[in-house]
Amino acid sequence: MSSREKILNAVKKNQPALEPLPDVAAINAIQFDDVFAQFGTVLKNIGGNVVEVNDLNKVSQYVQHTFNGAQNCITTIADLTGVSQLNIQEDAHALQNVELAVINAQFAVAENGAVWITEEQYKLRVLPFICNHLAVIIHKNNIVNTMHQAYDLIQNADYGFGVFIAGPSKTADIEQSLVLGAHGPKSMTVFVL
Amino acid sequence: MSVTNAKHPELAAAFNKDAARVGWHDETLWWIRQKRDKAAWTLPEWEELRETASQIKLNTLSNLSEYLTAFEKNALANGAIVHWAADAKEHNEIVHKILQQHKVTQLVKSKSMLTEECGLNDYLAANGVDVVDTDLGERIVQLANEHPSHIVLPCIHWKKEEIGELFHQHLNTPKGNADPQFLTEAARIHLREKFLTRKVAITGVNFAIAETGEFVVSTNEGNADMGAHLAEVHIACMGIEKLIPQRKHLGVFLRLLARSATGQPVTTYNSHFKTPNKNQQLHIILVDNGRSVQLGREDFRNSLKCIRCGACFNTCPVYRRSGGHSYHTAVAGPIGSILAPNFDMKKNADLPFASTLCGSCTNVCPVKIDIHNQLYKWRQVLTEEGHSPKTKTLAMKLMAFVLSKPAAFNLGGKVGRKVMRWFPFLVNNKLNPWYKQRDMPVPPKQSFTEWYKKNKK
Repeated sequence: MSSREKILNAVKKNQPALEPLPDVAAINAIQFDDVFAQFGTVLKNIGGNVVEVNDLNKVSQYVQHTFNGAQNCITTIADLTGVSQLNIQEDAHALQNVELAVINAQFAVAENGAVWITEEQYKLRVLPFICNHLAVIIHKNNIVNTMHQAYDLIQNADYGFGVFIAGPSKTADIEQSLVLGAHGPKSMTVFVL
Repeated sequence: MSVTNAKHPELAAAFNKDAARVGWHDETLWWIRQKRDKAAWTLPEWEELRETASQIKLNTLSNLSEYLTAFEKNALANGAIVHWAADAKEHNEIVHKILQQHKVTQLVKSKSMLTEECGLNDYLAANGVDVVDTDLGERIVQLANEHPSHIVLPCIHWKKEEIGELFHQHLNTPKGNADPQFLTEAARIHLREKFLTRKVAITGVNFAIAETGEFVVSTNEGNADMGAHLAEVHIACMGIEKLIPQRKHLGVFLRLLARSATGQPVTTYNSHFKTPNKNQQLHIILVDNGRSVQLGREDFRNSLKCIRCGACFNTCPVYRRSGGHSYHTAVAGPIGSILAPNFDMKKNADLPFASTLCGSCTNVCPVKIDIHNQLYKWRQVLTEEGHSPKTKTLAMKLMAFVLSKPAAFNLGGKVGRKVMRWFPFLVNNKLNPWYKQRDMPVPPKQSFTEWYKKNKK
């Protein structure tokens, strides 16, 4: 008998009688008066920045100003001027020197400061992890209260890879001292359009 | 790495030799427990979430065979390669075989308590494979030739000065520099080179979704993603109890996990791996290693609901004062003490006794595992099976005898009171475990029975 059969038989024999699945939609989840304000507060608390902008030109200006003429900055947003476009044919390893990556996120979550990004939006999976600094753009009306609403939006979307990112990469493994920039980005900026 | 046959009391005694360090360890973990409380209190629905999570896991366990086959089917459709491992040995062999197929002898690994449980690092090292643990805390204990002492905070028992010295020896950092920011940057540079050059990455799995065949890995550092997305082969190792039925259930678990673990609203990264990366092979190894047996133990099956947040460690008065290594298993703390006897009753018979049964673990558990009840029940099972500590069994038998014979009880009390008054050194000495860090009470002049007889009107 294969291990697969052995395991499945043992599990089937030992699992208890079927118990009902609870209804997640019935959870009386928290609602914030102002999801944008809540999102901003939480993101700042976990080490991120929030920048409110009117249009993509403001994003370009901010990037030019903050990242010294945008050396080694790349984006996957076609309409974003002044920042080099990502070459999606590139080998992922070549992204190791990217200073800043600017990408679109689908929506943000007020309760925990996370944004949802899928591979289709930025092509090379490693990009938001390997860059020294990460910036994402969301629309102000795409901020939900909680993770329950987040998964209501995601539904059965067919992505290859998707990720919630909440702030810069961090660690507190050395005596519980918080350090930003463990392996991934040292900062995270969320532009809210 | 050191293999020991010592039991929890001896190992805890060794940890307790340095009283200042025990105090520091205790306070650090309690501080994390307090952060957990603050995070939980921000959500009015916290208890509802715990209850829902517990029920989802109960449903999962009650239908696990179906969920496993559904997960396999969907993962295969996504392009993953699925393996089944009945035990730790088979798991390690599967990993090794994949490495041989790709002619690889070096790899990066992000945190996976399952691979710790299976002893994968030692197995691969014996087969000439170089494994680099990439979680900072895990890398620190790996460089020190140790195992993690906590499932979420692997080097919680290390002081920064010691880490500075360790890095000076292994990573050439300047001697005497113990600044966490500086040391983390040094580790970042050291590990980035590994991420960029290794062709195989192993990750753990936090949740696997039966409905979609995808799995989720949660980290703060981003090390799982750096490894997996830069590798040609991604091997994800998971226990069969990591399943949850549907994607929307992640909403419940991701709200609970980080808040319970560290008091964060969510971990920095929650990565949903569905299909293999471009030009990549994705392997998923489903491991039983005793889980199907535990599933059949009615009193203990709830332990399989665990999502490995570590909240029960941080709150446990025994764990905080005895340190993770005193548990001599991959998963320490209260949850480890109810999982370990299932693997090996004889070897781990001491662990369910490493508890005060105060119930704090049960109160903080995000999936409502009745941990302290299970500790209590394991004690009974272990005693019945003849695995309880000999001195404890003898003491219990003596007590049962004395308590069942009023004459013996009265005589014992009288002698005891006299002995304590006249020869205090007979009880106030190191041979009496109750005297450790405690003063013995002043013995009363008379027993309650004597007092009652005298004062009865």
